[in-house]
Amino acid sequence: MNARVLPYVLILPVTLFLGLFFLYPFVLVAKQAFGSQEGWSLENFREVVDYWKFPISLRNTLLLAAAVVPVQLALALLMATMVSKMQKGRDLILYIWTIPLGISDLAAGIIWLAIFEQSGFLNSMLNGLGVIDKPVNFLTYQHPGVVFLAIALAEIWRATAIMLVILVAGIGLIPKEYYEAADVFGASKWKQFTRITLPMLRPSLQTALVLRVILAFEIFAVVAALGGTLFPVLMGETYAYQFDLLNSGAAAAMALIILGISIGFTLIILRILRVPKGASI
Amino acid sequence: MAEIQIKNVAKSFGAYQALNNINLTIADQEFMVLLGASGCGKSTLLRIIAGLETATSGEVWIGGKRIDHLSPKDRGIAMVFQNYAVFPHLTVFENIGFGLRMQKRPNDEVKRRVERVAGLMHIEMLLKRYSGELSGGQRQRVAVARALAMEPDVILMDEPLSNLDALLRMEMRAELKGVLAESKTTAIYVTHDQVEAMSMADRISVMHQGNIVQAASPIEVYRNPSARFVASFIGNPPMNFLPATPAGAGKWQVAGQTLDGPKADKPGLHFAIRPEDMQQAESGLVATAKIVEPLGAHLLVTCQIDEALFRVILDSDTVVKPGQTLTLAPQADRVRWFDPDTTLAVA
Amino acid sequence: MTDATVLDVSQDTRKSGRFLYVASVVFLCAWVIVPIYLLLINTLSSPEAVNSFPKSFIPEFDFGSLQFFAGFAGMLTALKNSVIVALMTMVMSIAIGAPAGYALSRFDFRGKELFRLLILLARAFPLPLLALPLAVMFIQTGLDDTAFGLALVHTTLAIPFAVLITFSLFSGIPIELEEAAWTLGCTRLTAFTKVVLPLILPGITASAIFAFVISWNEVFAAAVLTIENRTLTAFLLQNLDTSPLHLKFAGGFILVVPALIFIFAVRKYLFAMWGIANR
Repeated sequence: MNARVLPYVLILPVTLFLGLFFLYPFVLVAKQAFGSQEGWSLENFREVVDYWKFPISLRNTLLLAAAVVPVQLALALLMATMVSKMQKGRDLILYIWTIPLGISDLAAGIIWLAIFEQSGFLNSMLNGLGVIDKPVNFLTYQHPGVVFLAIALAEIWRATAIMLVILVAGIGLIPKEYYEAADVFGASKWKQFTRITLPMLRPSLQTALVLRVILAFEIFAVVAALGGTLFPVLMGETYAYQFDLLNSGAAAAMALIILGISIGFTLIILRILRVPKGASI
Repeated sequence: MAEIQIKNVAKSFGAYQALNNINLTIADQEFMVLLGASGCGKSTLLRIIAGLETATSGEVWIGGKRIDHLSPKDRGIAMVFQNYAVFPHLTVFENIGFGLRMQKRPNDEVKRRVERVAGLMHIEMLLKRYSGELSGGQRQRVAVARALAMEPDVILMDEPLSNLDALLRMEMRAELKGVLAESKTTAIYVTHDQVEAMSMADRISVMHQGNIVQAASPIEVYRNPSARFVASFIGNPPMNFLPATPAGAGKWQVAGQTLDGPKADKPGLHFAIRPEDMQQAESGLVATAKIVEPLGAHLLVTCQIDEALFRVILDSDTVVKPGQTLTLAPQADRVRWFDPDTTLAVA
Repeated sequence: MTDATVLDVSQDTRKSGRFLYVASVVFLCAWVIVPIYLLLINTLSSPEAVNSFPKSFIPEFDFGSLQFFAGFAGMLTALKNSVIVALMTMVMSIAIGAPAGYALSRFDFRGKELFRLLILLARAFPLPLLALPLAVMFIQTGLDDTAFGLALVHTTLAIPFAVLITFSLFSGIPIELEEAAWTLGCTRLTAFTKVVLPLILPGITASAIFAFVISWNEVFAAAVLTIENRTLTAFLLQNLDTSPLHLKFAGGFILVVPALIFIFAVRKYLFAMWGIANR
């Protein structure tokens, strides 16, 4: 086949597929969100924003992202640098650290439920240590702090691996010569980390943060498993509009709000971590 | 009969003109080397002949058949790549027999032909190995054997020796030349190494900026470069140049000396001579020695004549010190002249 | 101070640094493994033990919970649905994504950058959100509540990854190998099947497994798009409020098991694929 036509033939299936199941439904969401009986309106947005749960779920989602993402970033950076120096057992350690990558948010929620529920392992341990004598039900409205902590821990546990993988791959791309040069000039390990690793890692940090932050705003199943209705988040509210309230216009408006927040944060991250042209490896 | 004719072939990548209207005929069983610096278009031309690249315009004929619209497999060619391209998932035997298997040849024929070319390239003992277990030189031999096994009309080679170390390259050079002469195929060989070109070629096409500047036998290219580019590209060190001004009919003034030259009506020419074609003499060009490099077989002296640098190769027993004044006489029949405007040779 | 004491001090700090390093590695491994182990204890305990207090930190190897899970109405069907959807997603995302990955690695064509942008957008987009309008579209086309319909959405999720991974795989195969095959009598297609495919098969398998995991784990779209034909994730989510603890834990464990195996199977490719996909 002609080499000029062939590439288009090869990308046609993906383009059609994404057109039909990505771009087209996106237009549909927008239409549904902005639509009402009398044509275009912001009615749906007004409805969801004015609902008393909206500020709470927005605050919860943002708080969770603010608590989880920085910890994950620090943890992933720490793990990635530890692994990069490892000689023996590197493969095994990396495998163990990346296990959560394959675990769904729902399963992660259930795993941490086993720890935090009333007859769970946290209570059993506290009891064994004699701190408490009968089990406390942590996941109730009386302990909002513990609910938040449980959800945050589950998220950190589950989703640090994706950042780790991206950062390890990124560190692998930094040529060893830079570190050897830094050694020759007498730079300390810490200096090497801040002056070589971090700046050279900027494209990977960008990808990792963007992906992670977007996923943080989509948090849903972990919360459903651990907090239920105690801890409303945006995605959970969207689900509730669709199924419990059967209001798909409002659900679409929620979806667009989540999307807007995601795009906003993506742009901020890209701006902060931008790589000057010609400065990449 | 596999004569190759390249007619008006041009190739552009967007605005960049990689080949300008190339015309070249390569005789049956000829060993043609395309020689030039990187980016001169030599590999592009080879890939157009192979069918890996499509010419923007022009025709390619092999054995009296126009083939530029055919896919590579139907052109009766075989190719040896710079990085060998030995298939890593197949044994050496299957690599060499790959083309024959594609032609659905019977097993015993494949076996016979693979063993024959393996013997030719001295790799019989490697047939069961995989490419990961071979050295660079061995991979090179497999790549050549794989091409020979096809018994092609034309064999195309793209810098096949450039990834080998110097000693191995010299050995393979001689061996390859012998094997190809015996196989009686037409060969086109791309290289940037002029020693390789000089030692192997029946004819060299010197390429520069998408043009063939000169296509001639190695000694012709060396002795009678058709343009100043060829003169300064071939030979190590290359030819020396000095400006010349007219001094009467057939006489030219070069660095204070009057020399016999062409009867051309020009305001000026360039005088050119190879470093080894100068001798110390009573009268001649007066030069000041700057750098003296004893190279064992001979002595390379870089001198200055007026403003120009000028290299001479002298007998290794000569004693020359930097700063010393040398009087150098050019060997009259080796002097060449170039037109500074057209850069072409003037007879 | 003598040289000897200087040496001792530096050796001491090096030793304690080494200890800190090993301790952190061990701690971080425990941080990952212990929660999974605790889930395993619950799964391998009788329902009574799961609901009792205080808990033992050693499993009693009772299959009561798992039996209850298997016997729970609709659970095995949900498990079967999950596998079917994930297998469909795996096949479709590779069949559709790999050609595009090949095109990106081998050709320069007009609109290539635009296409890459589309892929990157799709990767970064909260795609499950689009399940909402798709639910309407599927009802109109009769795809609603079918495994195939859900597999289409999961394929959309998996395609950006499939394209980027296969792109990096194909880029790792020198083009000369294909060109050599062409000059030796192959067409584009036979050169692909005889030379490229055998070389990238392990990588293709890895990216197929990755697609499987993406589908297997997806909760939101699965919950939105299926009603009768629930996948395991959707089923567990729907019954979170009402199902007993031992059912949740057994279900959660069944969700985790493939992850453990699959991440092990694809571990070699995880890093290579992100290294290139970053660019």
